[in-house]
Amino acid sequence: MTPAAFVWQPWAVVGAFLAAAAASFAYLGVDFVALLTGESARQMAAFAAGFFPPDASPEFLARAAHGATETLAISAVGTLVATLLGTVLALPAAGRWGRPLKPLARGVLNFLRAIPELVWAVFMVLAAGLGPFAGSLALALHTGGVLGRLFAETLENAPREPAQALRDAGSGATAAFLYGTLPVVLPQFVSYALYRWEYNIRMAAVLGFVGAGGLGQMLYVALSVFKTHQAATLILALIAIVTVVDALSAWLRRFLGRSGT
Amino acid sequence: MSLHPVAAPGPPRDPALWPRLGLGVAALAVLWPALEIAEFRPATLLDPKNLEVMGRFLGTFFPLVLTPEFLALVVRSTVETLALATAGIALAIGLGLPLAMMVSESLSVSRIGPARRAWLAPAVRTPLRALLIVMRSVPEIVWALLFVRAVGLGPAAGVLAIAINYAGMLGKVYFEIFEAGDTRPARAILESGGARVHAFAYGILPVAVPEIVSYSVYRWECAIRASVVMGFVGAGGLGQQMELSMRMLAGGEVATMLAAFLLLILLADTVSAVLRKALV
Repeated sequence: MTPAAFVWQPWAVVGAFLAAAAASFAYLGVDFVALLTGESARQMAAFAAGFFPPDASPEFLARAAHGATETLAISAVGTLVATLLGTVLALPAAGRWGRPLKPLARGVLNFLRAIPELVWAVFMVLAAGLGPFAGSLALALHTGGVLGRLFAETLENAPREPAQALRDAGSGATAAFLYGTLPVVLPQFVSYALYRWEYNIRMAAVLGFVGAGGLGQMLYVALSVFKTHQAATLILALIAIVTVVDALSAWLRRFLGRSGT
Repeated sequence: MSLHPVAAPGPPRDPALWPRLGLGVAALAVLWPALEIAEFRPATLLDPKNLEVMGRFLGTFFPLVLTPEFLALVVRSTVETLALATAGIALAIGLGLPLAMMVSESLSVSRIGPARRAWLAPAVRTPLRALLIVMRSVPEIVWALLFVRAVGLGPAAGVLAIAINYAGMLGKVYFEIFEAGDTRPARAILESGGARVHAFAYGILPVAVPEIVSYSVYRWECAIRASVVMGFVGAGGLGQQMELSMRMLAGGEVATMLAAFLLLILLADTVSAVLRKALV
């Protein structure tokens, strides 16, 4: 094996980054050393210690469980609506409904995708009131943009022959799509939607910070009124959800990967 | 021509009908309770009171607020967001890299033979791994809210939140990069008596550095997005200003800041894409 040539690019990036980091610290002008030592460190330790022990009373655990279910429901409903929205927008975005609609649909998708879920959630809380419905709508709008783009790419890359054969045999456009194109792209659609669902479960947990229901809203309220023991329970519930979803999806991926090949 | 009799033209049969219908019904049965729990009531969108609030708010979006004072504020907040994300990532790398080195087993001396205090290795690694999991499982916005309570409103909370959350993610990914690469050079250095620092610097780093830098740049891009969102709980930057304007239903200001935000994201996207392309 010949020795690898010296690669300078990473080191150039590292150098530029160090300079940017130094400039950033200088600009922010926050004395992090003072913040993390001495009196303020003691205060922070006291603040952290105030979270223990987590509130494990049965009635609060029941409320936390309800919040977790609500979070799961928000993510499921949000992803479902996003899948429908994404499919409807992907068709024109892939050029299926004529050339003029294509850039328009792409623009809509980019816009939906560019606004973060949390900003959508603030808007939706105004439009639909406080509560989980606003959270599902926010997820649906952002995720609809993401899925729409992925679906459109899938549609564009799908083979055209099956649908064309149906058209040539005299079927209508809708039937040709349903029986010629959809079966080809459906597995990909489903796998994208499931992947986003996994991501949205984590997202739904924090959307509540702006009033969109679920565990996040409970955590925000608990921290606002300094019920730190309850907050600790809710944070543990968050970690549990994230860990379980991670493990489940890793297992599912392995399982599907094995049976798929 | 054909010797087979042609089937009598009956009603058209749809071979995919039953499986699709079954799946659809099953999915609905599963999702119905979810719709109930999530209080899925599209009618509330058309509620006259909500429509009026939203309509008034959207109506104020145009024209954008473009007065010099406000634009100066937007520029200041945007730069603050950028600085917040960069400083946060710098701390996250500074925290994540040593953690990754500590949990990585390719630098383990006890792995290659009897070592003093070999029992210590798993005793240190296991809690550190758990620490990394907690750091990355709690979302950045929760960290931000906690730090706002602990150190007060402003960018310091955002920097610390990014530092903790992203150190957890970077630590895990760095660790995976260390383990996935060729670990034999490091092992050879360790076996011939080299120190762990040398094994890392000459055995692992040369192979891993492009991937590490590329992933860190990607995370920097994510941190910029995240720092805007974290502002909503008071952690400084563009998000905090946007939240204030939204609370006052000042649509024109929100629209200007959304535009600034989109430009910032576009910029970060481009920089990150260019840098990462240069690396491979």
